[in-house]
Amino acid sequence: MTLIETKPSENLNIVIVGHVDHGKSTLLGRLYADTGSLPDGKLEKVQAICKQQGKEFEYAFLFDAFLEEQEQGITIDTARTFFMWKGRQYIIIDAPGHKEFLKNMISGAARAEAALLLIDALEGVKEQSKKHGYLLSLLGVRQFAVVVNKMDLVGYRQDVFDGIEKEYREFLGQFKAVPLQFIPVSAKLGDNIANRSEQMPWYTGATVLETLGGFQKEAARSEQPLRMPVQDVYKFDARRIITGRIAAGQLKVGDHLVFSPSNKRANIRTVEAFNIEPQPTEGQAGQSIGVTLDDQIFVERGEIASHQEHLPSVSTAFRANLFWLGKRPLEKERKYLLRVATKEVDCEVASIHRIIDTMDLAQQQGSNTVNKNQVAELTLRTKTPVAFDLSASFEATGRFVLVDEYDIAGGGIITELVHDDQEFLREEARRRDFAWVKGEVTVEDRAQQYGHRAAVVLITGGRHTGKSFLARTLEGRLVADGRHGYLLDGENLRRGLDADLSEEERGETTEMARRYGEVARLLTDTGLIVVSTTNPFGLAYQEASQAIRTLVHPAPVIAVHMSKTEEEPPPNTDVVLSGPTDFDAATARILDELKRRGVLAQAIGAKPVFQYSI
Amino acid sequence: MKHLRQLEDQSVYILREAYKHFDNLAMLWSMGKDSTVLLWLARKAFFGHVPFPLLHVDTSYKIPAMIEYRDRLAREWRLNLVVGQNKEALASGMNHTMGRVVCCTALKTNGLKQLLEHKGYTGVILGVRADEEGTRAKERYFSPRDKHGDWDFRDQPPELWDQYKTTFPPGTHIRIHPLLDWTEINIWEYIKLENIPFIDLYLDKGEGIRYRSLGCAPCTTPIKSTAKTVDEIIEELRHTTVAERSGRAQDEGRGMELLRKDGYM
Repeated sequence: MTLIETKPSENLNIVIVGHVDHGKSTLLGRLYADTGSLPDGKLEKVQAICKQQGKEFEYAFLFDAFLEEQEQGITIDTARTFFMWKGRQYIIIDAPGHKEFLKNMISGAARAEAALLLIDALEGVKEQSKKHGYLLSLLGVRQFAVVVNKMDLVGYRQDVFDGIEKEYREFLGQFKAVPLQFIPVSAKLGDNIANRSEQMPWYTGATVLETLGGFQKEAARSEQPLRMPVQDVYKFDARRIITGRIAAGQLKVGDHLVFSPSNKRANIRTVEAFNIEPQPTEGQAGQSIGVTLDDQIFVERGEIASHQEHLPSVSTAFRANLFWLGKRPLEKERKYLLRVATKEVDCEVASIHRIIDTMDLAQQQGSNTVNKNQVAELTLRTKTPVAFDLSASFEATGRFVLVDEYDIAGGGIITELVHDDQEFLREEARRRDFAWVKGEVTVEDRAQQYGHRAAVVLITGGRHTGKSFLARTLEGRLVADGRHGYLLDGENLRRGLDADLSEEERGETTEMARRYGEVARLLTDTGLIVVSTTNPFGLAYQEASQAIRTLVHPAPVIAVHMSKTEEEPPPNTDVVLSGPTDFDAATARILDELKRRGVLAQAIGAKPVFQYSI
Repeated sequence: MKHLRQLEDQSVYILREAYKHFDNLAMLWSMGKDSTVLLWLARKAFFGHVPFPLLHVDTSYKIPAMIEYRDRLAREWRLNLVVGQNKEALASGMNHTMGRVVCCTALKTNGLKQLLEHKGYTGVILGVRADEEGTRAKERYFSPRDKHGDWDFRDQPPELWDQYKTTFPPGTHIRIHPLLDWTEINIWEYIKLENIPFIDLYLDKGEGIRYRSLGCAPCTTPIKSTAKTVDEIIEELRHTTVAERSGRAQDEGRGMELLRKDGYM
């Protein structure tokens, strides 16, 4: 067969999944051979190797590149192959079907825009047929066809095919997945792959090749509201460029952008590009772009830029469906690194609601762990607020991975926002920030003048651990070093700003913490490093410190905990000091932390590090 | 053209992820068409700048025109070029007659490993493509290498939704492959679209031959071709059924699987 190719107008990523030995690699090999897409000599080379090893030639050997794969006759890892057909370039991902290699199957499928799911006509619907079908749905691959293979082994009987179709459709229906087509084939003999089968006149639907042609390129996400997760901020030359890949929607010069969760806002001044003439003035979903802003606000990686009318959700908790691939089980209350788009933040599993058995979609409750290759519904709680969306509305900002130690160990989709106790204050902060009246002096101007950025150092701990003394020592040291430090003592607020509060109200932390937070916000806006203790809040300091964080966000809060005993420091503590000992050393440690967080060190050189934005 | 911009967007995203996550990052540049497109994409990603060194593992057997081209671009594009060479192996007379896999391992794999170790790079960007040969079709965008630089293809990390492996134990490093989804035709289409300077060894100069893939002089043979322009190369590739690396001796038998398992590019 000779091919006359036209210039490809698009690429389409297709994954082939299904139970082990149901013939995925064979289907792929056959597709290439029958469309004349194999390089010269490839077929002969593999045939020669087979002959030499004394085994029957199989089309699967064409793409199982590793010796081990050929020896065991199974695909171990996903392979990507390419072929052109009718003006379209297909990138076909052959995913392994053995359950041992589920993480490789998921890596392959997560890249795909459409899928072929194979079921062996003789063996019928198996464990991995179901798991893969369910995972395709979880991974967001909604466009797929089911290929019933090895029809030659069941005498090309229509009743066998119909039975499988009925059983599998019912299974898929439980999670509302609808395949485009069920296709009866024999990959080994080439029935209904590229050429219509003469053995199955009862089937009049599309062949595999025709089905590929019928897959649509993903619907343009440009029509959705804007989502651009910030990837990095560059200052290689005079331009300060915010970069990111537009996950949804579009933007253009002049647009007013809001960055979440910091609530910073600015207009797009330019769209930057290299070797594109004339310089672009807009961007849309899918593009990796760079923009400059009219106001030198500080934004950092992980924030999501959007238009003001359609903001993403912000919370420290959400509910999700997750699949776990880690070598050790996912455990409740263990710490993991969460990655949502470009945001990376520590999180823990607040609760595991249920484990889902992908075989029959039965649900098992009351588990404290999720084992390798299991799917679960759970709630995650993050250390700091994260901007995200529900996956039903936005794909790219509605899904996440969890990193355990060095490895990506699981992934999932966000199904529900969980309201946290900071929501009220966060809403107050958002409204206040949006309406904030600014002078001509920018935060950057102040940072340049002062040689440092604003921050809050919050010293927590029990009685008589030396918190106040440390706060004074630190303030003294900062000012002696030429920094603009200020000791904000809660007592001073109590007698003044809080004088109108009743005894009862003073007994509750909420309103006092709110007022304290707003004062700290004003002081950080002047560019100060605010030093404070949580003394006025007594034992409720944990609650208060959370409220303060929310209100001064995104200025960093450096939490220092002092203790005389071996007690567990409160969550989110940055520096742990044991008891009143060497206060100069303790001060030095806090200064180090301030440097590490980018408060005391200005970005120098070619690689700017913006640890926070304000 | 739209499909080229999509490939570009993906590669640029990967390059920016690499730059964000690796403090000690470098890019391998062999002056061939692929790694030169990669270099161009870095200039795209970083708005005309290349904010990391470019490594060339010099086997001393490269075609001289390639070295001239290398030095010219390094000057014009203000590149930080780092050249490494396994001097020990060369001093002991290593060459392809000792066996191709032996020679490639000594001069390229070990040359690269020495360079990485010496400079302490933890992230290395390479221009390998999935469609080049079988083992590369199974690569990840971010692919870990162990303490010995070896590739454990049996246990590759999951990679999904543009989330890549960017954390790794001390002593190991990550290979980053931004061009994985590009095909040979895409490379030439992009060279044309962006007008990227390339070595003219890829063109026929009237003798009816040209190089389709460039490596060391003794182990790379030109193919029969009359393609004198990029357009003619693209046209030729649309109709050929000959493998791209058919002129590369190291691919014979199981050469590449053995080489790449030990840390070859």
